[in-house]
Amino acid sequence: MVEARIPPDHAAPGDQDHRDGPGRPGIHRAPGAGISAGAGFPAGVLGNPELPGIGATHGIRIEGLRKRFGAGDTAVDALKGVDLAVAPGEVIGLIGPSGSGKSTLLKCLGAVIEPSGGRMTLGEEVIYDEGWRIPDRRALRRDKIGFVFQAPYLIPFLDVTDNVALPLMLAGQANGLARDQARELLSALDVSHRARALPAHLSGGEQQRVAIARALANRPPVILADEPTAPLDSERALGVIRLLNQMARQYQTAVIVVTHDEKIIPTFRRLYHIRDGRTQEEVGEGRTLAG
Amino acid sequence: MISLAGRDILHAWGKFVFTGLGLGLLIGVTLSMAGIYRGMVDDAEVLLDTSGADLWVVQRDTLGPHAESSSLQDDLYRGILTLPGVARAANVTYLTMQVGQGERDRRAMVVGVVPGGPGEPGQPRFLVAGRHLTRGHYEAVADLATGFQMGEQVRIRRNLYTVVGLTRRAVSSGGDPMIFIPLKDAQEAQFLKDNDAIVHQRQRTLANPQLNRPGQPGVLAAVLATQTESSAVNAILVRVTPGADVDAVAADIRRWKRLGVHTRAEMNEILQAKLIATSARQIFMFLVILSVVSAAIVAFIIYTLTLGKIREIAVLKLIGTRNRTIAAMILWQALGLGAIGFMVGKIAASLWAPVFPKYVLLLPGDAARGFAIVMLICTLASLIAIRAALRVDPAEAIGG
Repeated sequence: MVEARIPPDHAAPGDQDHRDGPGRPGIHRAPGAGISAGAGFPAGVLGNPELPGIGATHGIRIEGLRKRFGAGDTAVDALKGVDLAVAPGEVIGLIGPSGSGKSTLLKCLGAVIEPSGGRMTLGEEVIYDEGWRIPDRRALRRDKIGFVFQAPYLIPFLDVTDNVALPLMLAGQANGLARDQARELLSALDVSHRARALPAHLSGGEQQRVAIARALANRPPVILADEPTAPLDSERALGVIRLLNQMARQYQTAVIVVTHDEKIIPTFRRLYHIRDGRTQEEVGEGRTLAG
Repeated sequence: MISLAGRDILHAWGKFVFTGLGLGLLIGVTLSMAGIYRGMVDDAEVLLDTSGADLWVVQRDTLGPHAESSSLQDDLYRGILTLPGVARAANVTYLTMQVGQGERDRRAMVVGVVPGGPGEPGQPRFLVAGRHLTRGHYEAVADLATGFQMGEQVRIRRNLYTVVGLTRRAVSSGGDPMIFIPLKDAQEAQFLKDNDAIVHQRQRTLANPQLNRPGQPGVLAAVLATQTESSAVNAILVRVTPGADVDAVAADIRRWKRLGVHTRAEMNEILQAKLIATSARQIFMFLVILSVVSAAIVAFIIYTLTLGKIREIAVLKLIGTRNRTIAAMILWQALGLGAIGFMVGKIAASLWAPVFPKYVLLLPGDAARGFAIVMLICTLASLIAIRAALRVDPAEAIGG
């Protein structure tokens, strides 16, 4: 079995004194981290050179991201200045109660809705700075962002290979080449034996692996995973997180996992807690994921 | 890029095939309606072809034997034969009636023609069995659709006629198959009354002092003779000499004989624009309704199929699929459904057309036009579903 273990030198020191109130077991606030309302990075990211995301040439970072719905008296500020950074090869957790702004943040990060302000950078490229820098958001999602959903949401009428090859084909890749690359990914994710099967004939775990393969197809610098383990039992949930860690390292992809799942929260080395439209960086246990 | 529509159709082929079957039967009915109209037009053409005439001489100010009642004296043709440009002229009568076949009876158009060879105006142009009418009485040539066989007896009024020849595609404008009998017999059949009616009429005539005058016995005999004999025909069929100007001959007949004359083109116009125009409008209305129903079915099916894929469409949009790719997927599915439906419809119409009591003519041109219309309807019907798909927010793929 594969063991995905976060290097201990990247783990934040467990400092009980910095525990954030009732907090979650095994989650500690990073030194200097706090709720940031401004445009700067949280101190835990920008100020601590030991944490990933600093000086990274790829990955994603956002500064002071804001999102307002409506106008005037009925305006709602869903995001009030979110700061977040994820390094290539890193998997971070994004947690928070319902209505805290997780989905809004995910939609902004996924270039699905336009933020009201702030700055987003993918690798070296500024994609949003008080306005989209890449006007074709469809192409942005296709080429630079991978998505993994709560349910696999595979295209039911395409076989496994074509489901994974589809983003490549959409990007203009020749069908044969796209399928070759898809088969490589399926092999890496250990589902190559189901390459010709339709999604309906796969188990839940296999479907989620295929969904991860699809998210990785275009080698995006960032993958957004929305509750990817919600419908899975503990073992399968940990398997998915292990896989995301493995793929993140292998393909140097920054992975943001939005989750409520208590089973997997301790596995994150870094966590962002979103509350009232602001993020707070926390240091997780980074529990070893023995396979 | 792979064909998303093709994959979806293959994946849900049962749904598409069964929907296509239902749609196909509807399209089959639509094609059959068009075929019935074509059959009516063709019947009219065949009716005119069968008569073998260039001109139809009829009672003045009437539209001729097929559209209006027309009565002419049966000796008028002699005068017409003397006109320049007239090659042949022959009397003809038409009477749609029930004819007996053994214990049963069936509807047919009885045509009284002058006995003679195949060139005689009014005689069927070709036979599939037997010979033409050559004797003056009690023989018949029947269309195959009447069901009569060679040598069989046809009962018309009180007389029996032996079938001596069989022809094909000889029908009235109403689609009734024709039975050709000698002219004299047909004239008698038109006016023949039963014995009681004849006796009662004689008694009434005898009781009429204006007709039964003492000292003038010849008047009563003449009146009685006119009541039991008929010298009327419905039309005179005229064939002009080769190279003669048909319109000029028609003008001469109008001028010198003071009769109504219709050329082939005019008869065609009368049959198509007047006789079958109402039926054609009726069929056209059916075609419109069937087209609207077909469009509604395709729109509903494609819309329902699309709504069932909202989440997949959201995912496709989220991973960067172009709107035009999604629109093309839905459009191709609608066109695929239309193509399946058209194939089923064409096959169904071809299979059931011979069973129709009236002639159903399925023309390849109509099929091509039908296919184009089905594709157009499917394109329009898919627009609602495409609109729904394009309004899907990619954010729907993201929970919360």
